Amino acid sequence: MAHGQSRVSRLVLPVAGRDHVLGLANAPAVLVEYGDFECPYCGMAYPVVNEVRRRLGRQLRFAFRHFPLAEIHPRAQPAAEAAEAAGAQGKFWEMHDLLYENQAALADPDLRRYAGTLGLDITRFVNELAGGTWESRVREDFMSGVRSGVNGTPTFFVNGARHDGSWDADSLIEALMAPSRAGV
Amino acid sequence: MAETGFLKPGTPAPAFTLHTTADQTVSLSDFRGHPVILAFYPADWSPVCGDQMAVYNEILPEFRKHRAVLLGISVDGVWCHDAFAQSRRLHFPLLADFEPKGAVARLYGAYRPKDGTSERALFVIDGDGVIRWSYLSPIGINPGADGILEALESLQSAPSPTSTQQRA
Repeated sequence: MAHGQSRVSRLVLPVAGRDHVLGLANAPAVLVEYGDFECPYCGMAYPVVNEVRRRLGRQLRFAFRHFPLAEIHPRAQPAAEAAEAAGAQGKFWEMHDLLYENQAALADPDLRRYAGTLGLDITRFVNELAGGTWESRVREDFMSGVRSGVNGTPTFFVNGARHDGSWDADSLIEALMAPSRAGV
Repeated sequence: MAETGFLKPGTPAPAFTLHTTADQTVSLSDFRGHPVILAFYPADWSPVCGDQMAVYNEILPEFRKHRAVLLGISVDGVWCHDAFAQSRRLHFPLLADFEPKGAVARLYGAYRPKDGTSERALFVIDGDGVIRWSYLSPIGINPGADGILEALESLQSAPSPTSTQQRA
């Protein structure tokens, strides 16, 4: 049984077809974020990830998974489901961006408004949110994070290992490009 | 008070009684028959929102599947714990290892005399009161719940060392 300080938390669910992914499948570096749309620290991480993506270009594959801390962020779960509902209509990343750019406005009417902005089928969007269509999918993300050692939001995994260092763009890039880890 | 080393699996968990509110105490022996997760952390009000206790709070249903009880413990006093628990909407007890300060943390070998706080340390104690898993985290790194859940799962598949008399 593992004990002591040598424990390394690793991503138990590899990035796969179920994931929302940006970048090429054969990119040498893989960054996974577990995030919460209402968490201010995740809001701060949003432009950082964009910068990392811009600077690494084709070398990076990025996946986002949900980790809503529903007790302290009551709108995190509906926002996560809204992103999935948008994803079902091919607009996950557009909704992801809108949610992070409007973290103070995540009430139901706001979510409907974003769906309208993205040109989604609103009836379908509203029905899926009301029916909890994406609840289990969000829970699946959450539990994969729990089993991987997510310890707050945001938590990043760099090439499969939990990134415990700071997550400014330079630090993330340094970790992503470290030779011992690349390609894991 | 003598400092013990960090307690390892197979060690009987030291008994304690601590205040969880101004007029309520909790004893480890209250939970005989149930696994107990003892989560020492340095202080309430760590400056991030998605912190260790907030994450564990969300995972309570998973712990309950193992009939396990989660106890948070730090050297903060009961009123501080009360405000912190309300702010984070925590649904598990926070124990005040407040007077004498850090006494329980010392019993578990999880006190930092220089800082005057406990370590960030996790113990999974079985229903017979034996430590079955322990983890001392680097102080700046919140341990996730992955190790706790693995330990709870292995509890279900293996009997307590004391009940089988296999430990020296």
